[in-house]
Amino acid sequence: MEVSSENFKANVETAVVDDNLKGAMGKLTGALRPNRAKAVAGLPEFDALRDHGIAIKMHTLDHIDTYLEQFEANVVANGGHVHWCADEDSARQTILDLCRQHDVKTVTKGKSMVTEELGLNAFLDNHGILPLETDLGEYIIQLRGESPSHIIAPATHLQQHQIKETFQSAHTHLDADRPMDTAEALTEEARQELREKYGAADAGITGANFMIAETGSTIIVTNEGNGDLTQTLAKTHIVVASMEKILPTMDDAGVMLRLLARSATGQEMSVYTTLSSGPRRQGDLDGPDAFHVVIVDNGRSKMLAGSEREMLRCIRCSACLNHCPVYASIGGHAYGWVYSGPMGKVLTPSLAGLEQAKDLPNASSFCGKCEEVCPMRIPLPKLMRNLREQQTEQKMTPLKQRVALSLWSALASRPWLYRKLTGLMTRTLARLAGKRRVFSWMPMIGEWTKSRDLVAPEGGSFFDRYHARTQPIKGADHDDRTQ
Amino acid sequence: MPAATQKTPARPKKPSSPKAPKVGLFVTCLIDAMRPTAGMASVELLEAAGCDVIVPTAQSCCGQPAWNSGDRTAARAVATPFLDAFDDCDYVVVPSGSCGGMLSKHLVDLFADDAPPRHRQKALEIAAKTHELTSFLVDIMGVTSPPGRYQGKVAYHDSCSSLREMKVKDQPRQLLAATGAEVVDLDHADTCCGFGGTFSVKYGDISGAMVNDKAEDVRAREPDVLVAGDLGCLMNIAGRLSRLGSDIAVRHVAEVLAGDLSAAPIGGGQDDAPSTEESR
Ligand code: SF4
Repeated sequence: MEVSSENFKANVETAVVDDNLKGAMGKLTGALRPNRAKAVAGLPEFDALRDHGIAIKMHTLDHIDTYLEQFEANVVANGGHVHWCADEDSARQTILDLCRQHDVKTVTKGKSMVTEELGLNAFLDNHGILPLETDLGEYIIQLRGESPSHIIAPATHLQQHQIKETFQSAHTHLDADRPMDTAEALTEEARQELREKYGAADAGITGANFMIAETGSTIIVTNEGNGDLTQTLAKTHIVVASMEKILPTMDDAGVMLRLLARSATGQEMSVYTTLSSGPRRQGDLDGPDAFHVVIVDNGRSKMLAGSEREMLRCIRCSACLNHCPVYASIGGHAYGWVYSGPMGKVLTPSLAGLEQAKDLPNASSFCGKCEEVCPMRIPLPKLMRNLREQQTEQKMTPLKQRVALSLWSALASRPWLYRKLTGLMTRTLARLAGKRRVFSWMPMIGEWTKSRDLVAPEGGSFFDRYHARTQPIKGADHDDRTQ
Repeated sequence: MPAATQKTPARPKKPSSPKAPKVGLFVTCLIDAMRPTAGMASVELLEAAGCDVIVPTAQSCCGQPAWNSGDRTAARAVATPFLDAFDDCDYVVVPSGSCGGMLSKHLVDLFADDAPPRHRQKALEIAAKTHELTSFLVDIMGVTSPPGRYQGKVAYHDSCSSLREMKVKDQPRQLLAATGAEVVDLDHADTCCGFGGTFSVKYGDISGAMVNDKAEDVRAREPDVLVAGDLGCLMNIAGRLSRLGSDIAVRHVAEVLAGDLSAAPIGGGQDDAPSTEESR
């Protein structure tokens, strides 16, 4: 998918005045946040489970080569095939080649963020293969020609009335007066539309929440069961997964699944947890004839060796998005790529390039809520700060900012001089503000005053008042001049 | 609702008990320049708790604006002058969770790697003895009853750094309740107000949307006064309240706890009732 994160500021400007978006984001405070809180409160050992999960992930990342090879060996032993892809070009081409090899014309798809990363739908479409999204949210945004705005709830930026309008204009073969005013009616309509397509598809493409080295299995979780139909009814099942989805054992997956569902939606477990361990064997009632796993690197190896390594622990639960006040104010599209919210602020610069996404790591108040709720305790603010530091080192930050910071630091590192100057400034400002005690506009900080007043200083400084009280020995205020 | 305040009886001179813990106040650049009353109130609270307070002059800012902007060199330059300033203090107390977090959680990272070992050592020492003001009073000094009296409804805003980095939550609420105030919580008490230092002037649209949500939460509670332990949040929320035409008073928590309402509230708000404090 094309990266448009350079337009972040412009995207934000439109997003913050979008009333539909504001209404849709109410789902976060109204449902997702309280649901997670309840699920966590209901499991006293949640924190211990987190520590266990983190230990599993750290161990796995330390030995990722071994586990990936073990996984491949087991997939092959089960009768499947593994394809290694270093970047998005090779991943797209590999998937297209597989489709051609199996004479695939139509594809059903389960929700997969890595295929969004690859821009797979548009690519297959351009090559005459029609991919149909089967996750309800993905189906809706596919009809609207949009990209996902959330990693597990791709249509979370939409309100119900917008979904109704989308279905009205897409499903023209249905009775125009059908009931469409409840979420259930809309879900049922999508289900009916999709049902006939599953059986007709030549291949099912899904992602993987986890790949299990000891068994050669891939796992997906869904709440709609669409993933099962996608992968069992088609003749060919292609799994696309980024390399860090590997876990050593099925027991490890048990730990992760419990963390994932609670952190994501506040469920104890997702409704469907589906394991795929190769093609249909003799005697199996269903399953695909061919099973392929496409393992995508696309920047992960580089992250493994860099300062963003901890980000590879991410299990894509979306807790950090759901709890982020910035995400809640601007929605997912403003971030300009597949991944949004705090995890997107680290992943996009790491995978797509810092130059392309300069604003993302900066657009955070560092409130720390993301790190607090992340089941993998990924220090997202710290990782964003690392990226800010890289920007400073590579002189990517605006010249104005660098000059301002160095002037300020030259001053603030001389406390005595600093106080003289700030004292002068604050006395002037206090006098100018007078009885109103606020300014509604101030040069240089228009970004502040466009939505709030600037509070005037009280007048005088703390140090003046404190020294007046304690009657300092003459010159006491000067003794730091030499430091 | 009437909000009345009462000032401490005549301020005692510095306590000189030999056992009094020596506390260095890290004033913070915002309080020094914008809200001296909050700094004086902090000194008063510490002295009333039996501390021997000093305020080293070799301090300006904790360096956080540069640290969070990814400029390690600038942040080190600003932080270096105060590395030695608290040598003979038992504790460093900060009337701000955010600057407190910088000193106790980030200073060590700032002076990691290639920093002179002496600086690293100093950073470790400061980190180990730094506390946010209200948590210091309650957790270390065992204060249960602060000098101020306040009859009115107080909403306490949790700053993110106080809450998450400094583990401050119940302490200020306990102290506020002990002044006689009715303490209320905001609806989304653990959600950021959108200040975030330079974030607020770099990403005004996002920060503005966030502070609007917070100001609406404050207005819904109808407090007589909104307090917090961080001046950045207070200037942010007060600025939005003022823009919305609200006259809810906004103050640093130390002012209410010390019973020092001598300064007009932060921003454009008004104290509800005639204050009964003495003139300074
Ligand atoms: S960064 Fe953490 S909270 Fe965010 S999606 Fe990944 S695992 Fe979940």
